[in-house]
Formats: sequence, structure tokens, C-alpha cells
Amino acid sequence: MLRFATWKIIAILGMTLAALLVVAPSMMSVPAYQALAERLPAWAKPPTIVLGLDLQGGSYVMLEVDRAAVLHTQVMNLRDDVRRILREEKVAITGGIGTQLRGVQLRVPEAADRAKILPKLRSLSAGFTGRMGGGQPLEVEESADGLVRVTVTDAGVTDKVRKAVDQSIEVIRRRVDALGTREPSIQREGDDRIIVQVPGLQDPEQLKTILGQTAKLEFRLVADPGQNPTEVEELEQADGSGKIGIEKQVMVQGEDLTDAQPGFDQQRSGEPVVNFRFNIRGAQKFGEVTSKNVGRLFAIVLDNKVISAPRILTPITGGSGQISGHFTVEQANNLSILLRAGALPAKLNIVEERTVGPGLGQDSIDAGKRAAYVGAGLVVVYMLITYGVFGVFANLALFVHIAFIFAGLVLLGSTLTLPGIAGIVLTIGMAVDSNVLIYERIREEQHAGRSILASLDAGFKRAFATIVDSNVTMFVAAAILYFLGSGPVRGFAVSLALGILTTIITAVTMTRMMIAIWYHYARPTRLPI
Amino acid sequence: MKLLRLAPENTKFPFMRFRRVSYPFSALLSLISVVLFIFHGMNFGIDFAGGTVIELRAKSGTAEISTLRALSEKLELGEIEVQSFGNPADATLRFGLQAGGDAAQQAAVEKVRAAAGADYELRRVEVVGPRVSNELVQSGTLGVVLSIIAVLTYLWFRFEWQFAVGAVIATMHDLLLTVGFFSLTQLEFNTTSIAAILTIVGYSLNETVVVLDRIREMMRKYKKMPTAQMIDLSINAVLPRTIMTATTVFLALLSLVVFGGQVIRSFSLAMIWGIFVATYSSVFICSPMLIYLGLRNEDADKAQAPSPTKEPAKPEREPATSGDESTELAPVSAAPKTPSRGKKPPTKNSGRSKPKTA
Repeated sequence: MLRFATWKIIAILGMTLAALLVVAPSMMSVPAYQALAERLPAWAKPPTIVLGLDLQGGSYVMLEVDRAAVLHTQVMNLRDDVRRILREEKVAITGGIGTQLRGVQLRVPEAADRAKILPKLRSLSAGFTGRMGGGQPLEVEESADGLVRVTVTDAGVTDKVRKAVDQSIEVIRRRVDALGTREPSIQREGDDRIIVQVPGLQDPEQLKTILGQTAKLEFRLVADPGQNPTEVEELEQADGSGKIGIEKQVMVQGEDLTDAQPGFDQQRSGEPVVNFRFNIRGAQKFGEVTSKNVGRLFAIVLDNKVISAPRILTPITGGSGQISGHFTVEQANNLSILLRAGALPAKLNIVEERTVGPGLGQDSIDAGKRAAYVGAGLVVVYMLITYGVFGVFANLALFVHIAFIFAGLVLLGSTLTLPGIAGIVLTIGMAVDSNVLIYERIREEQHAGRSILASLDAGFKRAFATIVDSNVTMFVAAAILYFLGSGPVRGFAVSLALGILTTIITAVTMTRMMIAIWYHYARPTRLPI
Repeated sequence: MKLLRLAPENTKFPFMRFRRVSYPFSALLSLISVVLFIFHGMNFGIDFAGGTVIELRAKSGTAEISTLRALSEKLELGEIEVQSFGNPADATLRFGLQAGGDAAQQAAVEKVRAAAGADYELRRVEVVGPRVSNELVQSGTLGVVLSIIAVLTYLWFRFEWQFAVGAVIATMHDLLLTVGFFSLTQLEFNTTSIAAILTIVGYSLNETVVVLDRIREMMRKYKKMPTAQMIDLSINAVLPRTIMTATTVFLALLSLVVFGGQVIRSFSLAMIWGIFVATYSSVFICSPMLIYLGLRNEDADKAQAPSPTKEPAKPEREPATSGDESTELAPVSAAPKTPSRGKKPPTKNSGRSKPKTA
């Protein structure tokens, strides 16, 4: 018990020192930190603790893709597709194409006609890979009396919803970045949701406005040099390579684009390309423009930024074409996402919003700090008057324990929230529990007439099993809280869990080391406990 | 230096005897909690009920609650709750879900902003839609259930099954009483309250495990001691620690209640209630449960009868032990009639400690 290897002592002191070093930058005042960060190279910039939105102020917005609206667009596109197939196959139907909530139906009286169009209708599903790798987006049914029904399946809608989320994330990221705030975070949540977190925003209304806008996609010609300046405007390029002159006249609207998918050039190089397709109106306009302007650059403008400006090589009259430009697979993928975002803007609803003003955030930090100082102070004094010199050891261990929690938060990049501070204050109360368990056990053993060394030894040994058992149960509660909780509550779970883990090191090993060193020098005849 | 001792030294409280009081008492409290929950209900915050909370601060002077109420009633957003707290310049508005879906929620916030924005700063705006609140209810309930199952499993592996059952019954008891506390005080019940409940579950199990650990140790050490006596001995041994830890956690929580601010006050208050209940249940609910569940087989309890050692082995011990198993329904008045009911602490001052606590 009292023989402590030197390397162990060094290791514990080293860990403590490391923890303090990790925590130090977060404890600095903002100007002091900036002065330090400026003198260091970027890679050595010390990480600081990340404050949750409830502490630094900011907005948390959860958006949900409107599934019904996605389905509606899908049904409308399906109707167009069916119409095109009927025309291509020159099939006559009785009555029109009826649209329903989940699909379309049409009456094809001739069996031969049905045989012609059914494979075509089924091929609309081609190329679909559902989320689990199976399923069909469309279901084609044929009734005896010539009624053909095409229905969008759940898998089909979910697939579109997921794509809508992908493209919306791209669009939102661009817009939020334009706000110029620090470290916005935009994440997918489940199938149909997006969480946007923007810290330190002065005007949450502005954020909601830009989140609510639908993307605007336009196809416009790049201006020739010497063109009349009143017809031209300078637009930013999305890749950051400066501005470019674009004709003001919009040649084709994004809403006429029906699809854009990444693919590979099959005729020539096999390099990644983006395939796109227009509806009838779009195809006609696109054909006209490309016929008249072969050789010129045709700009694709999303939200007033030029995302690409390919050269028109040949007239594209069929309504579908290909953009190539030595893309990487990722670039082709991104471009097609952006094109789709402009073509099929998904309607997003705000289903949850939490905004904390910067003033309230600062108040919460102050309140949390005050509660932590007073709570720690009370516990420290109480331990001192109860256990005397052993209380000093417990308090030192408590100090290191808190340093470990903060270091853990910094290293994990975990967010400190107000409930997280509450969790830390709570672990202050609980951390000394391990010390109390040990000390009471030592007392008891001494009382039972054991020698000093035997009491210390038995105290630590016996209490340890209890400490492990009781902390495992608490840790389980914290872990479950982490996996099920959200935002601030997660912060609480992390603080609690970290506190439980570090207490094993600080309250058990560190205290034992301190007592061993103390015993070595003090040589007490009786334990003052 | 004279050190402070909160718990008296070497206590010999016959805790197990209290189970005839503590069980009906806890049953009554649990029943009251259920009744409160059903008929009085909980003050569900917007996390679970959906709706909007807006925290306002007057740009100058104090927040006029009556003006705010009159002003918000004009907006026709359904029932609006206007409250002041702490700082006189602050007030909160809370109103329920608006008819017309998520867009209507946003429109309602806009209305408030337009009406109050000139005189008040909107310091906090929280809007929770109906689908999200439903999910939060589900994940909250799931979390509590899962944690109980997980811990039950752990305890089952680590201890005898009786311990696990006792711990879970004690935890359920704490859970019920905490729900009753929320209902009685009408503290807002939100996601941080779920965090409080899970932490109480954790703390309660922590307490229980400390007691159970000692009981297990004593069980091995005193193979022949009657169960109730052995449990009493264990609880008395860990009593100083129980009191000490409850006090330190209480001090930390007290500081959170006083200084931690509005947002976590309901969390901290619930936690304080929780540590009291958890401490109580680990001693008075979980431990006696071991007797009822027959922690030791009858042989172990009976085996000691023919071997009177230096411990005060009363002749009635054997009937008392078996009587012990049937006391669940025995009238309380029967207790004082038999002055030596066998469950005495083994030491010489057993006679002294009894009247103290009877």
C-alpha cells in the first residue's frame, strides 16, 4: 500500500500537469488567448472548450423536409413521364391521366398497347437503389379492365426525401457560410431532418429567413467581352475564383430541369460527368439557346452564384445533355446535387427552434461559475472539518478531478452546456464519495483494532470494490442519457460520465499516493481520522 | 484537531424493525404520487407538450406582467402564461401549440416579436413542434426503462438476484416519488427533468449498491447471524458514509439551486428531493426486501439454532426467525409483546439500543 513506484508518482503528476496544460487556454481571457494563438503556428493553436449554444448564445433550428410536398412533386413528375411514354409509343388512352395522392392511373383499352407501355413504365424504376439496397420506387399494376396504375412506394418517397435533405444541406451550407458567423454546424438527422446550429448570431430572424428561401437556379450566358454593360452583371463564382460577367437575361429557369445525376462519359474518356434532363418547355428553350450560341460559355447560376460555366459544344435539342469538365467523382456529385437543389427545391418546415441571446448566455455562464465555486467551496470546507489532513488530500484530488473533467471536455471536443455545468457541480459532490467510502472504511478498520498500515490497506482494498460497483451503475445511467438525450442534456451526460471515470484515478490512486507520501514523512502513531 | 462527526459513532439502530412502518409509509407515498400524477397531472414544459417559450427582458425599467398579459391576449394565441422570475426586468411568455402546423408556430413568435419587440429584448425563444415533442416523450421514457433494465442486469451478474430485485424496487420507489414531487410542486417537467430522473436513478442505485456491497461482505463473514441482524449491522457500518455523501451532494445541489439560475432550478430541486428519497429507500426499502425475498435459505438461518455461541442466543430465536418471515401481515401491535424477538444486535448493549428506536 505504501510502496509507490517512482514511475507511478511521475505518471500521476505528469497526467495532472498535462490536464492543467490542456485546460489552461480555456481559462485564459479572450484577448490573452488571441495573443497566444497569434504567436503560434496554426497547427499548434491550443484547443479551447466549446461552449454550447445555451452559453454562448446562438440559434438551433431543426428543419424537416415536407414529405407530402416531396410526394406531390414526385407524382407530378411521374405524370409527365407517363405522358412522354404514351407519346413516344403512340398509345391512345380513354380519358386523361388521373393523378391521385400517391400516383397516377390511366385506362389503356388495347391489350397490345398495354404490352408496349408496361415495360417502359417499369423501366422508370431502373437504376434505383433503395436504402437497404432493395425495393422499387414505383409499383405498376394492371387491372383486368385495362386500368393501369403507377404508385410511388414508401421506399421511393423516402429515397427522394433523403436526396432532398442532401441537396438542402448543400444549399443551406452555402447560405449560412455567407452570414460569416463562426463555426456554423449543419447536420443531417435521420431520414428527413436537418439540424442547423449557428453560434453567436445577433439576428435569428435573418437565419430563419435564409433557411426558408427556396433555391433559385438559372441558366444564363456568360457575357462576351464588349457586350453592352447594361445587359451584364458581375456575379461571384462559387469556387472562389472571383467575379465573372454574366448576361442579365435568364435563358432557362431551374424549375424546368427535371433531374441531374452524376455519371461517367460512356463515349469517350469515361471521366465523371453530370447528366441532366429538362421537361418539354425547358428542352425547347435549352435547344434554342444552345443552337444559337455554340462555342459560348453557358453559366449555371444558383442563388446568384455561378456554380459552373461549361462551354456549349453542340446544340442540345433532345432535352437531356451532359456537363463534362475533368471532374473528380466528388465534384460531379456535388454539381449534380446543386443542380437538383435548384431544380426541385424541397420545402422545409421549422419543427424546433431554440435561440438564446448572447446576453442570456453570458448570464448563464456567470450563474454556472458562481454555483460551481460556491458548491466546490462548501464541499471543500466540509471535507476539511470532517477529515482534517485527510480532507486536504481529498480536496487536492477533487481539484485534479475537476481539471481532468475539463481536459476531457477539451480533448473530446465536447460541448459544455449549462446542464453540463450542473453535471460538473454534481460530480463535485459525488467525487468525494469515493474518498468518503475509503476514509470511513479506514476509520472502521482502525476502530476494530487494526494497525495503521493494515487499516489503510484494508480501507483502500475493501472500498475499491464498492466504488467500482456503485460507479458502474451511475455510468450506465449517464451513457443511456447520452444516447437518448439531445443538445444540452447530452452535455450533462458527458460531464457526468467523465466525472465518474476520473474519480477512479483521482479519488483512489491519487489519494492513496498522497497518503503514502504523507505517511512516509509524518510517521503517525494513530491515523487522524 | 477535533473533527466533525455528523453521524454518531458505532450506531446500532435496528433499521430492519422499521420496515413495518416504512413499507406502509412508502406504499402510501407511492400511491399518493400515482394519484397526483393521474388527477393533478404534471406541468409539462414545451419539450413534451409542444409550444413556445419566450423570455423577455425590458429594455428599460421593469417588466410589467399585467401589460404583457393584456398585450399577449390580444394576439389570440390561445392560453398564454406570463410569469416573472428573479430579475424584475425579466418575464417569460409561454403558449401552447398553434393550430395550423409548424408554420403557425413561427408566425406566433413573429406576432409576439412585433408586439413586444419595441420595449422588450427577446433573450430566449424556444419553439417545439408536435412531432418533436412526441419523440422527446418517447426517448425520455425509453431512457428511464432502459437504464433500469441495464442496471438490473448488471446487479444480477454482480450480486444475488435478490439484491437486483431489491435495488430495482427501491429505484422504482424513488422514481414514483420523484414523479409525485414534480406533480405536487408543479415544477416544469422538461428534458432536463428526465436528466434529473436518470441521475436520481443512478444515485439511488449508487446508494443501494454501497449498502448491498456491505451486506454481501457481512453475509460471508457472519454466516450464522440472522439475516435481519446482519443487515442492521451492515447499514450501521455504512451509516457515516451515507450521511456524509448525502450531505456533500446536498451542499453542491444547494449551491446550484441558489446560484445556478432559472434554467436548471427545477433540475436541482428535483435532485435534492431525489437524494433524500434515494438515501431513505436504500436503507428502508431495498435492504428489508432482502429478508422478504429470502436472501439466505432457511437452512442458514436455522443452522445457528443448535450452536449457541457466545452471542446471546435466545431460546426463542428459532421461532422468531420463522415468525420473521410471516410478519408481513402481522399487526404492528404484536411487536412490543415479545421483548426479545430474536433480531437483536449481537453485542451486550443490545438491550439499550432497542428502546431508543422503538
